[in-house]
Amino acid sequence: MSSIIAAWKNLGYQRALRNFGRRTRRAGIGSHLFKDIEHLVRLAAVMAIALVAFVLLRAAVVPHSFGQYGHYRGAAIGEVASRPIAFAGHETCEACHTDVVEQKKLGKHVVVACEACHGALAKHADDPSSVHPKKLDTAVVCARCHEANSAKPKGFPQVATADHSGGLACDTCHQPHRPKIETEKTETAKMVTEGKK
Amino acid sequence: MQIPVEGFMYPNEVELQWSVLIVLYPFITGLVAGAFILASLERVFRVQAVKPTYRLALLTALSFLLVAPLPLQLHLGHPERSLEMYLTPHRSSAMAMFGFVYLWYLMAVLLLEIWLDYRYEIVLRSQTESGWKGLVYRALTLGSSNVSERSLHIDERLGYFITLIGIPSAFLLHGYVGFIFGSIKANPWWSSPLMPIVFVFSAMVSGIAAVMLLYMLSTRLRGKQIDMRCLDTIAQYLMYTFIIDFSLEMLDLLQRIYEADESFRSLDFMVHTRLWKSQVIIQILLGTVTPIALLGLTQVLKFSDMARKRIYALSGCLTMIGIFAMRWNVVIGGQLFSKSFLGYTSYKMSFATREGLLTAIALMILPFVILWVLVKLLPPWPESEHLSGSAAAPAHGTS
Amino acid sequence: MDISRRRLLVLLPAAAVAWKFVLAGTPDAAPNYKLSEHWWAMLIDIPKCIGCGSCVRACAEENDVPEGYYRTWIERYHVADWKIERPEVESPNGGKQGFPAHAEDGGKNFFVPKLCNHCVDSPCTQVCPVGATFVTPDGVVLVDKSYCLGCRYCVQACPYGCRFLNPKTNTAEKCTLCYHRIVKGLTTACCEVCPTGARQLADLKNPKDPIHEFLRTHTVQVLKPHMATGAKVFYNGMDGSVR
Repeated sequence: MSSIIAAWKNLGYQRALRNFGRRTRRAGIGSHLFKDIEHLVRLAAVMAIALVAFVLLRAAVVPHSFGQYGHYRGAAIGEVASRPIAFAGHETCEACHTDVVEQKKLGKHVVVACEACHGALAKHADDPSSVHPKKLDTAVVCARCHEANSAKPKGFPQVATADHSGGLACDTCHQPHRPKIETEKTETAKMVTEGKK
Repeated sequence: MQIPVEGFMYPNEVELQWSVLIVLYPFITGLVAGAFILASLERVFRVQAVKPTYRLALLTALSFLLVAPLPLQLHLGHPERSLEMYLTPHRSSAMAMFGFVYLWYLMAVLLLEIWLDYRYEIVLRSQTESGWKGLVYRALTLGSSNVSERSLHIDERLGYFITLIGIPSAFLLHGYVGFIFGSIKANPWWSSPLMPIVFVFSAMVSGIAAVMLLYMLSTRLRGKQIDMRCLDTIAQYLMYTFIIDFSLEMLDLLQRIYEADESFRSLDFMVHTRLWKSQVIIQILLGTVTPIALLGLTQVLKFSDMARKRIYALSGCLTMIGIFAMRWNVVIGGQLFSKSFLGYTSYKMSFATREGLLTAIALMILPFVILWVLVKLLPPWPESEHLSGSAAAPAHGTS
Repeated sequence: MDISRRRLLVLLPAAAVAWKFVLAGTPDAAPNYKLSEHWWAMLIDIPKCIGCGSCVRACAEENDVPEGYYRTWIERYHVADWKIERPEVESPNGGKQGFPAHAEDGGKNFFVPKLCNHCVDSPCTQVCPVGATFVTPDGVVLVDKSYCLGCRYCVQACPYGCRFLNPKTNTAEKCTLCYHRIVKGLTTACCEVCPTGARQLADLKNPKDPIHEFLRTHTVQVLKPHMATGAKVFYNGMDGSVR
């Protein structure tokens, strides 16, 4: 069966060749087809070489982890994850500064993380003796949260600092880790602010 | 970064991301597509009248296509990494896929067509020229010097086929740029299914106008006579294409005004204030309505050859300005308003920096320098074709 | 076909390494962290935000954000009466130093913190031509600094304006959800310092995550839902005027 198909195919091929020969002879030129398309064959060869060069370049240059999880360099995930940490996190602070923890527990600032006011201190946590946190200027730090602004939630403690303290630093009267003033202290605070006025 | 903001903008939106170079890029690729369509008018649609501009249009397209990647490279934060677009193209990104559309168009369409059309002259000159010029011609022959009638006939047939696929390729080339903008849902000034189509038609307009102007200028410089039949035909195609382009843009505008969606108030205000000069005055009135009216006049009234030439030259120049203004209004306009629809910023174009005005001007001059070199290497003039031996080289347009 | 052969050449050496990683799914820096076990999101509780700017400052410090650019920022809204389509919004220096004193003026006033929404169907990822920005298997959208071309297509594609080009690295940049912190069991810098708990990190694959429970039981929204980006930053108590 296969030999019949082969023979039939051969016949078809011969017929095609004969027809082509007829056509070219009719055109009046007896030269081989290859010679007349030689320039196209050369062009095709140039393009094929360029394509192969591209494939080789790609295999050499594309990073190995590309495509690991998706259309990106898988190693990039690790690179982003290995960035050094600047904020230690309040649990780290609390491990050493237990006295402050006790004080905070008594007041509203228990929910405020240490570094919210004190800034990023992972360096201090790593080497407490040589890296010292900066002293804070309460007039600036406290105002950020507690300066009166109509967009702040109504129940949130806020004051117009100019009227409230007349420019005094907040820690004159308030202890930041336990901000609520006890009764005698409130009287003193009132006297101080009224005196200033 | 003292950029004045009116109203409210998201903090990261104040500084514009895409500069005048990104305005230049669609302008340049538009000229490429438009010039090629003009060339195809003769080759595929058998418009014999524009034959004198056939080769000039192809060389113009090539000059601009070679310059097209440069504004992009100058804009990138890391141009040395741009090969990544070919090595690891992200298939969902229109920008990545455009790299391949560009490559296809350059290699498989434009360079191939020019090579096939000029091959006879190239082989001839490789045998007659000496020095570095001869070297260039010999390299271009790829080592084959066969210019028998049948080989040239094969070239002609293949060239026809390439022009045939070149037409949709040219539409794809510039329509793709339109899609790069039109597919951004985050930006309502850009996001539109009409964007690729508007870009294609405005590209055709600018390309036809550019070739028309170049033909007039080059013929004048060479001291030859302008073929008025050719010029009149080109001007006609320019007018009809422009009418379609204008209709599409007006359709977009009318629909926006009527539907008045979330973004409309903000965009409307922007057009009336920050884009008034560049959009209404320059793009629409001076750059579209005036050329169409002038060209329309030449169709209705009878003018002398000299008058028509002047009208065509004026219309061509206004058209080029208008289409550039259109690209400006799309790219820059799309970044002047906030995505919150509550504010506006300004574009502070620098002068002598990597993305400044000076660079843009240099990039616009460069294609003409390249064209000058190409014209010296491969003269596109009708009379040069006679040197190729009319008996051996079959004329185009005959099957 | 050429393409599959090419891919094989790249993937074969990667496959050996990838096999170990796919099974474990861990970035080198955090050996106990499995990518497949997490799906990160965030909850912003608008009624709790006091606009102190601690989050903006902490983010800038944690991530070396250049001055004038913002990985997160706070907007202050003023809505007069019922006119939710015409709010007045301001964000002085992104809210980094908090907001100036402001007396009562009637109408609705509130703060809205914003950041990258780490979208599931992220449009910025879709348009990146080279794969320099991507969604990790644990739901965080990151930028590969050493691969980014700086073409800024992603900046144009983000509907929320959360991306920018870092002028020092000339690459695109945005909030990483403090990826380097969360894979080590810490919370993001912004959530760490928020004094009122207005910002809280959520792991939607953690059955015991309280925020996950919150999302199931409260009315929450995302920004620009009509963009269908699959945003994973959820806002509780958000007014209709918020853009």
